Amino acid sequence: MIRAMIVINNQGKPRLSKFYNYTPVDQQHQVIRSIYSVLCLQPENVSNFIEGGSILGPDSRLVYKLFATLYFIFVFDSSENELAMFDLIQVYVETLEKCFSNVCELDIVLNYSKMHTILDEMILGGQVVETNSEKVMQAVEEISKLEKVTAATKFISKSTSLLWG
Amino acid sequence: MGSQGGFGQSKEFLDLVKSIGETRSKSEEDRIVLHEIETLKRRINEPDTPKRKMKEYIIRLVYIEMLGHDASFGYIHAVKMTHDDSLLLKRTGYLAVTLFLNEDHDLIILIVNTIQKDLKSDNFLVVCAALNACCKLINEETIPAVIQQVVELLAHPKEAVRKKAVMALHSFHQRSPSSVNHLVSNFRKVGALWLYGFSTCVVKLSDNDPGVMGATLCPLYDLITIDVNLYKDLVGSFVNILKQVAERRLPKSYEYHQTPAPFIQIKLLKIMALLGSGDKKSSEQMYTVIGDIMRKSDTVSNIGNAVLFECICCISSIQPSPKLLETAADAIAKFLKSDSHNLRYMGINALGRLIQISPGIAEQHQLAVIDCLEDPDDTLKRKTFELLYKMTKSSNVEVIVDRMIDYMISINDSHYKTETASRCVELAEQFAPSNHWFIQIMNKVFQHAGDLVNPKVAHNLMRLIAEGFGEDDDAADSQLRSSAVESYLKIVDEPKLPSAFLQVICWVLGEYGTADGKYSASYISGKLCDVAEAHSSDDIVKAYAVTALMKVYCFEKAAGRKMSLLPECQSLLEELSASHSSDLQQRAYEFQSILSLDANAIEDIMPLDASCEDIEIDKSLSFLNNYVHNSLEQGAEPYIPENERSGTLNISNIRNHNPYEHPTHSLRFEAYEVPKPAVPTNLPPTLTYPTELVPAPIPEPSYQPTLTSGPVSDADSGSTELRLRLDGVQKKWGKPAYSSAASSSTSNFDSHRTSVNGATQLDNVISKSHEPREPQIEVSEEKQKLAASLFGGRTARSERKQSGGAAGYSKVSRTTNHGDDKVQPTIVTATVQPPPPDLLDLGEPTGPSSSYSSTVDPFTQLEGLLDLSKDDSAVTTTSNGPDLTAVYTTASTNGQNQNPNPLINEKDNMNGAPNPSNRTASLTKGPSLKDALDKDTLVRQMGVNPTSQNPSLFSDLLG
Repeated sequence: MIRAMIVINNQGKPRLSKFYNYTPVDQQHQVIRSIYSVLCLQPENVSNFIEGGSILGPDSRLVYKLFATLYFIFVFDSSENELAMFDLIQVYVETLEKCFSNVCELDIVLNYSKMHTILDEMILGGQVVETNSEKVMQAVEEISKLEKVTAATKFISKSTSLLWG
Repeated sequence: MGSQGGFGQSKEFLDLVKSIGETRSKSEEDRIVLHEIETLKRRINEPDTPKRKMKEYIIRLVYIEMLGHDASFGYIHAVKMTHDDSLLLKRTGYLAVTLFLNEDHDLIILIVNTIQKDLKSDNFLVVCAALNACCKLINEETIPAVIQQVVELLAHPKEAVRKKAVMALHSFHQRSPSSVNHLVSNFRKVGALWLYGFSTCVVKLSDNDPGVMGATLCPLYDLITIDVNLYKDLVGSFVNILKQVAERRLPKSYEYHQTPAPFIQIKLLKIMALLGSGDKKSSEQMYTVIGDIMRKSDTVSNIGNAVLFECICCISSIQPSPKLLETAADAIAKFLKSDSHNLRYMGINALGRLIQISPGIAEQHQLAVIDCLEDPDDTLKRKTFELLYKMTKSSNVEVIVDRMIDYMISINDSHYKTETASRCVELAEQFAPSNHWFIQIMNKVFQHAGDLVNPKVAHNLMRLIAEGFGEDDDAADSQLRSSAVESYLKIVDEPKLPSAFLQVICWVLGEYGTADGKYSASYISGKLCDVAEAHSSDDIVKAYAVTALMKVYCFEKAAGRKMSLLPECQSLLEELSASHSSDLQQRAYEFQSILSLDANAIEDIMPLDASCEDIEIDKSLSFLNNYVHNSLEQGAEPYIPENERSGTLNISNIRNHNPYEHPTHSLRFEAYEVPKPAVPTNLPPTLTYPTELVPAPIPEPSYQPTLTSGPVSDADSGSTELRLRLDGVQKKWGKPAYSSAASSSTSNFDSHRTSVNGATQLDNVISKSHEPREPQIEVSEEKQKLAASLFGGRTARSERKQSGGAAGYSKVSRTTNHGDDKVQPTIVTATVQPPPPDLLDLGEPTGPSSSYSSTVDPFTQLEGLLDLSKDDSAVTTTSNGPDLTAVYTTASTNGQNQNPNPLINEKDNMNGAPNPSNRTASLTKGPSLKDALDKDTLVRQMGVNPTSQNPSLFSDLLG
């Protein structure tokens, strides 16, 4: 299964992290830091896979991909295929691209909960459930539309109540 | 860009993010975050916070936690937010709780109700949010609360909901197996639902929505991993589905980079690999479809290669088909030739799988493999070493191990260094072409990997040198030993040798340094003294060195040669006898007392090359039966087993009882009673021992340092206690030596009393604590296993003897009779000094010795020997561990089981001194050693296979 999805920027600041097994906060942070310390030393032109034995415990590996300033990282165990995970990063980023058109680090920082929504559509409980970015988009848009509606009603009712109250 | 719709954030949050983004140092960031936490704490608790604001605070909390700070103060607010009616807030609440909480968090109970409610919601998005939460937050105990609803949702009209319901069930399944034990009654109910749920899963395979079908594969994969056989009947449907997917029958939207539903294909291939493994019939059904996929697969895109790789994995797992193997080999060739490191990595990975079933395949890829070995990419390199490790056989072991050692030297990462070192050791042990080479490799590994090497490796090495390579060829063994001695003498002066290696060196020099007569005893002693001097801060090494010195001395003396101690050795002894380490002190005293013995006694105490002898222990002390019987007839109280004793406490045995409590508290906090009355009274009642009145013969002078012995006996938890009391006693009686320890220890171990006058026997009886015993058993077991793995025979423990012999442990049997009866008398005479009538009677003998006895020489342990000698009555033949000075025990008939607190009693010479062993060391190592040995056995067992499987790989590699 997939153990974690992490996005960090090239200065080691976490931008998104989701662990599918419960991991205490300090340990999460520890993991992120040790991953970063490995990644920033990776020379160019090497494979995108890292066997995680020493940093992530037994039977774990990670796949990373660098987009501009951001590292996208999946941590998973031997039941997943490295190349497939590598493409999952691609799917995720493609989806972000569709959501934000010309996505950049700032979008990711500012739309923190949307990032999670997208991720939740793709991966559930550590398993890949959807890899079609169109479909993910659809679901996310539906959610945000609905949320907007409820938010709007909230807003209206509040303003009316203000008027009346 | 930026904030869209419901995801918008306030300026404050933007500022926070921005300022954190601009920080230059961690401390600056921490300061900002801490400030933010303060603000949030204050605001979040204000009454009447508008909900939209609250939502933003929650997001900020999540953000803070991601940065590694504790946001637990806000958890409750996140939980509250899940109760909200607004979808936006509810989703935010769920998001936050799934990130914040684990399934066992106290707050979960507040959420379960909400989840239940939301699962029934009309709004499918609410249901989805609740299902998301289910995956993360529902634990074993709360599964029953929601499972029914989740199962119902499998029939939900919305595809997304069905999919998530499947995943939720999957996560329940991952969690609940462990609950079976303590939820027996509940589990039945849940179990019934399971069946229902998962039979529906199976039905869902034909769900007309491919997405749901794909999701269903995840739990199925797990289920099949657990029990393949239940799902054999599904092979047909899986093959069918895969075929349809591969033929692009799925809607266009499932294509990804022109590959149809690749993730579904991969999952299916994984499942098929499980189902087809070792099953010819199932495998045959798969051949066509796998072949098709491989032929059609797109080798340009990443995902196409992912599918291809999965096909190779599948091929290597199912019943082999020559045609598919060929296709797979071609595919691997393409991977290996690729420029992409990713693909080469996958290629090496695939090759590693395929050579398991088709060893010949590696040959055509030698060059590519060598390239990967030299690639700067560390991941690739490591994977390649893994491959080489898998394909090692006796013909190429030298090349491969040399490479691995070079690599090991070049890396710094201790994890991989350790791993590489242990692989080198393993391969060397398995395939070593010559003894000399083996020793060289081990030396290198120790020198470069230093203390990273598992201590078991050092023990293995010593054992190997002691036992030889298992053949009965004594000449080869002694050649191995002398080559070891020679190489160690060369290396021993180098600085910075790791401690474990020095221990091996000392042991080998002590044991075999003078064996072939090439080096004089004084030369070897000189080296050993140098070692002890050069590593004066390492007590263990010093202990090994002293013991080795003692052995050298003993062997010389026993051989009738004149041997005088070197001056540096003398001074070392003097220094050590005043050492702070009681272990070292003990060894020094032992050595000194040996110096005064004559050659015959020494030969018995320290037989030459006897480290492989088995030693057996009479755990039930049957040799004392007569004595006990006599005492009982004379009106002594019968022995009451420890566990029955607690109820019958009376004043007199309170003291005695105490020792049993130490497991719970190792220190006594209550004040000691006035020592005066206590001590004397104490002894007699010693647990019902009949012999109260009988003065026990007492330990020899050498034991005078009993003081030290108290602390030494780290064996038992109670050591502190023991010592404390001792002190008191000493003062009281002025005569420190024996008595003190005795009383306490006696009470501690219910040693059976020995004959009254049987002074000899008495003296020698030592009660053993459990610790020493365990290792002993372990070791023998390990031997057995080793034998089994080597020779295929497995025998029950009781038959150890035979099995050992059968297995070809010639050494074991060789010496059996050595010590036995004869030894006893001799030693007795030698050792038994006129037992000074002790002030403290009985307790005595056991006391001092107990500290010793509790420890065991690691070496002997290694060899699976405990000191025991046998008695005529003993059923088993006993061999005598030469190493141990402890000479013998009588064998017992009673099973130890009967004894609640099984003690091993062995007789030890009072002068136990002769035993050079580093007992303390062994103690501490006890448990881990056992583990190590077990693991080692496993490794060996597994390791045996590759050899045979790899007949002729890389023939040129080895030159």
